[in-house]
Amino acid sequence: MAQNYYQKEIETMSLPEMQNLQSEKLVKQVRHVYENVPYYKKLMDEKGVKPEDIKGIHDLHKLPFLTKTDLRDAYPYGLLAKPLEDCVRIQSTSGTTGRRVVAFYTQNDVDLWEDCCARAIVAAGGSSKDVCQVAYGYGLFTGGPGLNGGSHKVGCLTLPMSSGNTERQIQFMTDLNATILCCTPSYAAYIGETLKEQGYKPEDIPLKAGIFGAEPWTEEMRRSIEETLGIKAYDIYGLTETSGPGVAFECSEQTGMHINEDHFIAEIIDPDTGEVLPEGEKGELVFTALDKEAFPLLRYRTRDICVLSRKKCSCGRTLIKMAKPMGRTDDMLIIRGVNVFPSQIETVLLNEGYQPNYQIVVDRANNTDTFEVNVEMSPEQFTDKVSDVLAMEKMLANAMKTMLGINPTVHLVAPKTIARSEGKAVRVIDKRKLI
Amino acid sequence: MAIKQLTVFVPNRKGTIVAVTDILAKNSINIRALSIAETEDFGILRLIVNDEKAAEKVLNDQGYLIKVVDIVGVKIGDEPGKLTAALDVLDKADINVEYLYAFMARTEKHAYVVLRVEDNEAAETALTKAGFKLITAADVNKL
Repeated sequence: MAQNYYQKEIETMSLPEMQNLQSEKLVKQVRHVYENVPYYKKLMDEKGVKPEDIKGIHDLHKLPFLTKTDLRDAYPYGLLAKPLEDCVRIQSTSGTTGRRVVAFYTQNDVDLWEDCCARAIVAAGGSSKDVCQVAYGYGLFTGGPGLNGGSHKVGCLTLPMSSGNTERQIQFMTDLNATILCCTPSYAAYIGETLKEQGYKPEDIPLKAGIFGAEPWTEEMRRSIEETLGIKAYDIYGLTETSGPGVAFECSEQTGMHINEDHFIAEIIDPDTGEVLPEGEKGELVFTALDKEAFPLLRYRTRDICVLSRKKCSCGRTLIKMAKPMGRTDDMLIIRGVNVFPSQIETVLLNEGYQPNYQIVVDRANNTDTFEVNVEMSPEQFTDKVSDVLAMEKMLANAMKTMLGINPTVHLVAPKTIARSEGKAVRVIDKRKLI
Repeated sequence: MAIKQLTVFVPNRKGTIVAVTDILAKNSINIRALSIAETEDFGILRLIVNDEKAAEKVLNDQGYLIKVVDIVGVKIGDEPGKLTAALDVLDKADINVEYLYAFMARTEKHAYVVLRVEDNEAAETALTKAGFKLITAADVNKL
């Protein structure tokens, strides 16, 4: 397959050239932050690091980390590095895990972010001939605005649908022949289920590719979406803190996401010690933004657990690849002393022929954790015999025990009864009150 | 010959059965027989109604998990020992009964029993051969 690139020179740059570029930008960026962000200057001073100590990327490890807690403490303006009159936009996190994070953008920041998204769209096979349906939420959430901007840069006809109103999504998709769908993977699966219910076969759906991100999903879920919609499903990664989607994106090889390392340096660290780990080892992903002007985070700890790889990619891009995050350090549940990631439950369900529509409920009774998983069963799976339903529950519980090492109680429930937002799915309810 | 049974999956919570019967009532669907199997978490409602196609549609539209299955219906005399005789026939024919429920005919001196078995045809043959009269959907509708 012929490869297209949005910014070929950068995307296929040799490693020494890339490292020189990163070093040059890093030296400038550290000075910019030190001089304009008193909060980070204080962190550097406490660590005894001066801007002149950072001569290139090999000195990166000397810089202090930033965490989500720092972002909350510095809310709203504490990490701003440009006067407000130079800023043109804010975006914000949902704030579900605490206080909101508000990120600021100059016009240049917006441009570079949209370039990143444009690279992702081109890598998924997009061009000016495509019709790109953006069904991520628009507004404070970065998904909609990011892909919308990227789609404009590529020259696609952009359908700014935002999320929700599935009937209307389907009507525009089929009437206007959308070829690329951008949304969260759970919403893509939902749109796929609805199309199937309405009698659409994969070959009747005009889509050829999907760019799905903003929440964890598994390879099995990818296959299920690809089959239902008759498309290739590409992963995209980003965080509001680092601009939004497009920090990393998948190519035709679909074996991990190329990080836009001309704009972001990625490191993997041991989450307990903060020590930088060598390529190929699993740990917490840390990003340093090299070009961001208004909200330039240095060594920001994402809490995402993943692995980096410089293995040669068949798409011709030389940008380092990150594996799909295996979970977030804050998504990880510790149940009866065992680490449980929701993605593991999802893997079991897809392997056993269930849709990944589930909810984990954790509570504590008599000083022991209770661990329940509610799973939606399909009309084909339902039978009139109680014993069959109980046997299905037992089989799922056994499969989960094999995967996790601890025994859940599985409850099968009717389809579409698990609360499902059309944006991000609520997968975990932890009722334990330990204090 | 078989009678259609409507099977509805409901959570074992207050108000779930009335929700189902209310939908049927509002759509003028008459329930002829009803049985419930329940566990701690969920229940399975088994219904024989006058119009299972309409019932399936209205419940489906409301998001219920529905399955329509074929069951065997047999007429037995309304006196002690008659049910045992019918079950005995099936037992001798090596037919396993998954579940059954019975209901009275209003005017005749008969009870009706519906049975869920693996092999409807085998059960029907065995019962007919032993002199039992099978009931049809039309019989149920005449009730």
